[in-house]
Amino acid sequence: MSGPAASTATSTETSTTTPRKRRSIGWLLLLPGALWLAAFFVTPLVQLVATSLYDPNGSVEAGYAMTWSWGNYTEALDFYSEPFIRGFVYAGIATVLCLLIGYPLAYAIVFKAGRWKNLMLVLVIAPFFTSFLVRTLAWKLILADNGFVVSTFKTLGLVDDDGRLLATGFAVVAGLTYNFLPFMVLPLYASLERLDHRLIEAAGDLYASPAQGFRKVTLPLSMPGVVAGTLLTFIPSAGDFINSQLLGDTNQTMIGNSIQTLFEAGSYPAASALSVTLMALIIVMVAIYIRRAGTEELL
Amino acid sequence: MSNRRRPLMTPPPGLALPVRRRSVLRGMSAGAVTLGAGGLLSACGVESASQTESSCTSEDLSAEEQQVVWSNWPAYIDPTQQDDSTLGTFEDRTGITVDYTDDVNDNSDFYAKVRNQLGACESTGRDMFTLTDWMAAKMIGLGWLQELDKSNLPNVEANLIDSLRSPSWDPERKYSVPWQSGLTGIAYNADLVSEVGSFEDLLTRSELKGKITLLSEMPDTMLFMLLLVGADPEDFSDDEWGQALDRLTEVKDSGQIRQFTGNDYRQDLAQGNIAACEAWSGDVIQLQFDNPAIKFVAPEEGLALWSDNSLVPNLATHKANAEKLMDYYYDPRVAAELVAWVNYICPVQGAQEAMTKIAPGLVDNVLIFPDDQLLSQTWDFMALSPDQEAEYQEDFAQVIGA
Repeated sequence: MSGPAASTATSTETSTTTPRKRRSIGWLLLLPGALWLAAFFVTPLVQLVATSLYDPNGSVEAGYAMTWSWGNYTEALDFYSEPFIRGFVYAGIATVLCLLIGYPLAYAIVFKAGRWKNLMLVLVIAPFFTSFLVRTLAWKLILADNGFVVSTFKTLGLVDDDGRLLATGFAVVAGLTYNFLPFMVLPLYASLERLDHRLIEAAGDLYASPAQGFRKVTLPLSMPGVVAGTLLTFIPSAGDFINSQLLGDTNQTMIGNSIQTLFEAGSYPAASALSVTLMALIIVMVAIYIRRAGTEELL
Repeated sequence: MSNRRRPLMTPPPGLALPVRRRSVLRGMSAGAVTLGAGGLLSACGVESASQTESSCTSEDLSAEEQQVVWSNWPAYIDPTQQDDSTLGTFEDRTGITVDYTDDVNDNSDFYAKVRNQLGACESTGRDMFTLTDWMAAKMIGLGWLQELDKSNLPNVEANLIDSLRSPSWDPERKYSVPWQSGLTGIAYNADLVSEVGSFEDLLTRSELKGKITLLSEMPDTMLFMLLLVGADPEDFSDDEWGQALDRLTEVKDSGQIRQFTGNDYRQDLAQGNIAACEAWSGDVIQLQFDNPAIKFVAPEEGLALWSDNSLVPNLATHKANAEKLMDYYYDPRVAAELVAWVNYICPVQGAQEAMTKIAPGLVDNVLIFPDDQLLSQTWDFMALSPDQEAEYQEDFAQVIGA
């Protein structure tokens, strides 16, 4: 966001127009974005933090008083530590799976697809043409207890005779992986596409084997894509509740489900405290991750 | 930001009183900068959402505008597009246009949808909606509903069945007219399991592990949990509530329950993903048309009896038209035609006789026209104070959401 302001600042020194006018244009350009953020990001955020500190004994009938009830946080964490941990574990597994599936896919699209490249890209994006909800419901049909997937797995001995796939942790992680895979593939594709092919050729000329070339040249240069992809996959899946609601059972609730159930039950302070905690934890995790992985070329 | 929404932030006490909503919103972004964050948060709080007749008065434009806007549950009326549907006939007969939407999926959900408007005495754009007893009771308590004019409801006065005339939460039926009643019991798929005759059975039989669902409506599910721990769901103590909740937690932790659902248990039951579940009577009769193996059982512990009620919210501008509509459905013939479609319990006296001409096969169905023997096994859920209601809802949410 400092981009326009910074560039006007440097240009004023050489410019013949009055510096003040130039500077005000920069601010004017920022105005729509800033107003939008103030109205739709800052306001709800302040409201959310405020609600998380309301008197937990309040109700719609009596109203909610601001009592700085920090106890909302300790109580929420006390009760909901399990869905919190489960949510992060599921999101973590789904992210790793997305990376393992997404990297070869993006690599193949960039280097091996030839004239099929555009078609393959469209196919990666195609699921977005239907609703998230419909796609997840479709998985309910695919993994149904008397569906062909389960019966095949049973014949192969991968599932017990009275076992199931739907309403298990496996189904939830599979749903998350499926739904967020494109968010992994697209940034990986972008960073691999940008990569200078002559560098790989040069590695070959210097007697690097293809594997060495990949490890020393391709992989390091695609790291910005890996970082962006893992963030875009992990953050939304950590807060997701649709997959575990439709594909999980009552013991696979993720933190998103807890928040949603509490909001529906009218426990606004507790639900807000959980939301703020989730947001804070994600910010901390992402900050540590970015610091370690580096983001020089990310933005 | 929608200006229909009630401002959740109230201005700091120092400001002059008549602050317009918009200036409050505008002031907030400036306030975030000038005041410290702590000061801003201190100024937050939400006022009571209760209304009284004098704080929120409504105007009736029924005479000038021949229309009524109605929100109801899905699959809760005969198909409205057909000319000879009950709704189409009403429109032809009265000249009133009915704007019918089935956007009530769940009581709590719908409550969240209209809460901000009704709490601030603003119009919801609806003249009438249909909600279950406990939610109707809550809205009466909040002063969000308009009193009905009994002189516009002669059929209701004459034909409402005795057992529904005086519920504890609206003893004179001043605010509510029952739309349909129903029973909560057990449904099972006879192709997959032998009869599931009780909740004890449903929650403990090992072959049903992971093959059952319970309802996410708190009063429905907790009524049976209370019965299981030997409490009276019409009069229980906090202690007994705690025991019932512990029982539910225990069953949930054992992995017996696959999911807590709303209406969507219907698909899982039809597809065979679940073998048995807690279910609503009318749904099961509808499912039986496609799959006769699906059965409804009155559990040994008893049945929950509930009603969904037509209500007129504050600031609805077509109350008289809405009353005409409610009254129309208390004509026994119309009531019989409706119930032949929806298969719930008909609250209208005389509909059973009218049914002989419409769908003779349903006349003796005790789930539609229950006899005394069946009604003697039914239970209500205790009327809750607002505080209890909030506490119990949160307790229940903690079990199903953790």
